[in-house]
Amino acid sequence: MVTYKDYMLFDKLPHTWCAGCGDGIVLQSIAAVFAEMELDKHDICLVSGIGCFGRVDDYLDINCMHVTHGRALAAATGIALANPDLHVLVTMGDGDGTTIGGNHLIHCARRNINLTAIIANNYNYGQTGGQYSATTPVNSVTSTSPYGHVEQNFDICKLAEAAGAGYVARATAYNPIQMRKLIRGGIEHKGFSLIETMVACPTHYGRYNKQGEASRMMQLMNEQSISVEKAKSMTEKEREGRLITGLLVNKDRDDYYTKYKRIIDVLNTDRTEGK
Amino acid sequence: MAKSVKKFIEGNNAIVDGAIAAGARFYAGYPISPSSEIAEGAAKELPRHGGVYIQMEDEISSMAALLGASLAGKKSFTATSGPGFSLMQENLGLGIMSEIPTVIFDVQRSGPSTGAATKPAQADIMQARYGVHGDHSIIALSPSSVQDCYDLTITAFNLAEKYRTPVLFMTDEVIGHLRETVTETVPAPSEIFNRVQPAPEMSQENFRPYGYSSNMPAPMPAVGDRKFLMRTTGSTHDEKGEFGPSPENINRVTHYLTDKIEKNVDDITITRKYNLDDAEVGFITFGCSVRSTMTAVDMLRAKGVKAGMLQIVTIWPMPEKEIRGVLSKVKTVVIPEMNLGQLAGEVRKFNDYGCKIIQANRTDGILITPQQILEKLEEM
Repeated sequence: MVTYKDYMLFDKLPHTWCAGCGDGIVLQSIAAVFAEMELDKHDICLVSGIGCFGRVDDYLDINCMHVTHGRALAAATGIALANPDLHVLVTMGDGDGTTIGGNHLIHCARRNINLTAIIANNYNYGQTGGQYSATTPVNSVTSTSPYGHVEQNFDICKLAEAAGAGYVARATAYNPIQMRKLIRGGIEHKGFSLIETMVACPTHYGRYNKQGEASRMMQLMNEQSISVEKAKSMTEKEREGRLITGLLVNKDRDDYYTKYKRIIDVLNTDRTEGK
Repeated sequence: MAKSVKKFIEGNNAIVDGAIAAGARFYAGYPISPSSEIAEGAAKELPRHGGVYIQMEDEISSMAALLGASLAGKKSFTATSGPGFSLMQENLGLGIMSEIPTVIFDVQRSGPSTGAATKPAQADIMQARYGVHGDHSIIALSPSSVQDCYDLTITAFNLAEKYRTPVLFMTDEVIGHLRETVTETVPAPSEIFNRVQPAPEMSQENFRPYGYSSNMPAPMPAVGDRKFLMRTTGSTHDEKGEFGPSPENINRVTHYLTDKIEKNVDDITITRKYNLDDAEVGFITFGCSVRSTMTAVDMLRAKGVKAGMLQIVTIWPMPEKEIRGVLSKVKTVVIPEMNLGQLAGEVRKFNDYGCKIIQANRTDGILITPQQILEKLEEM
């Protein structure tokens, strides 16, 4: 039987992440989905950027392209269009995917490039010491917002939906079973899909905001979570500060290459007909 | 006999034809004057050849997409000018470090910043060499005619594939928008270099995406290859493409990235000589300035002055041997260029011969004339 272990590089373990970090749960979920789907390694390409979660490729035994900070979706766009048969996955943190790479995120969603973006949101830049990112909640403390953060944060899922993403989901590291289900759904979705995975950063964000140790942060994450179904029956005020988890958007729309391929086919049919 | 067709087109159009002939099938870019005809031509021609054109949100993402597409097995290219070239430096570095071939056409214009967007300049020569942070080397070609735009584009793709690295094509507004007759010869398969693939007997266990034991790059199967898994990274890496930050490895990679180009300079270098054999006054130049300089040489010859020109086609790595060849033979060297002396500075580095070096610079966005070049010579 194929297991997640078949897709991993064990000589690189133990991994680089801090004790209590949720990134490892997302990594295991990704590898587990590959195994569930029994994907051929040669058909998968994972593109990662810079940041804690950008290190995911270090531990996976598949095709990997590790790129510059924020540019993973742009590089993945080239891969997805050059070889439309590949399963292209893009792993980013909140800094990588929505802050320095925010522009690429909205355009990739708008274009509906056939790939799966997995963003690990830990509310801060963990790798460089806990500075604020575009998802850092207002008023919270980071190493560069010592007096409380004044900026409004992005809701990654709403951002992706507004930009045109056909598949948008959110899962927490507290619920890896749901995370796997949603990642699999993203890979199976033809077109741009985004799964926001909520992960705790006890080393920086948790410490600065006095959220306690990793297990307490995980509990907090779970207490904040409500399902999509439940959220529907709640008022906007009741939903404030909650994490809505599950499949948020699911609609079909022709992806970029499917549409472009029609043009290629028409042009080349005309040519063979001597027009 | 090779198939060829005569056309009367702009340099920017010839670049698109050359790229298609070289086998390029992917373009990602962002429109910018004076390069936009290349994007427009690519948008029209690529789907006709089964390829893909995509207009990205900026030049940063364009460069990233080029590398992704190339890694997935499609020869890729883009075109830009100064401001866009600046934005491309980040992922140009990624291409150098990851060793992913692609070709970037910089149709140079007057700068810095927006500058005079539609006016020519040759002032990105140092940015081409040193715009990327960290030690590295780079291959850059410079055309002086529409014919060059076709022929040297094929050469640029061949060099990118052979040395597994991004190659720069440093053209300019003058050549980009110059319309002249070009003979487009379809290259024979033997004239097209495609990246080396692993030997048939190679196994996945023994395959390494990188190699540092020689000055030539390791074989590069595409992502999606049925036998091999590829792994590339912009982090300092070992043969497996895995993060390798040991002091020994950092040093090894730094030297390798420079050596694979600098130690192959004889293979990469292209120069052209014009009346140089018996010359007493030498001219060294490149790109659009070549055209004015050739006329200046002719005018001097008509007056009985033994003048000659060395055209530098491979602007990087700088052809030291050929430049020294001129400096050691003539007493005076004139360096016409449309910047404040970027090539002149390089030539001075090699001047161990007491040769008098005269700069003929023009930076007002108008093509330097033969008269202006001769005036500089006469002033001295």
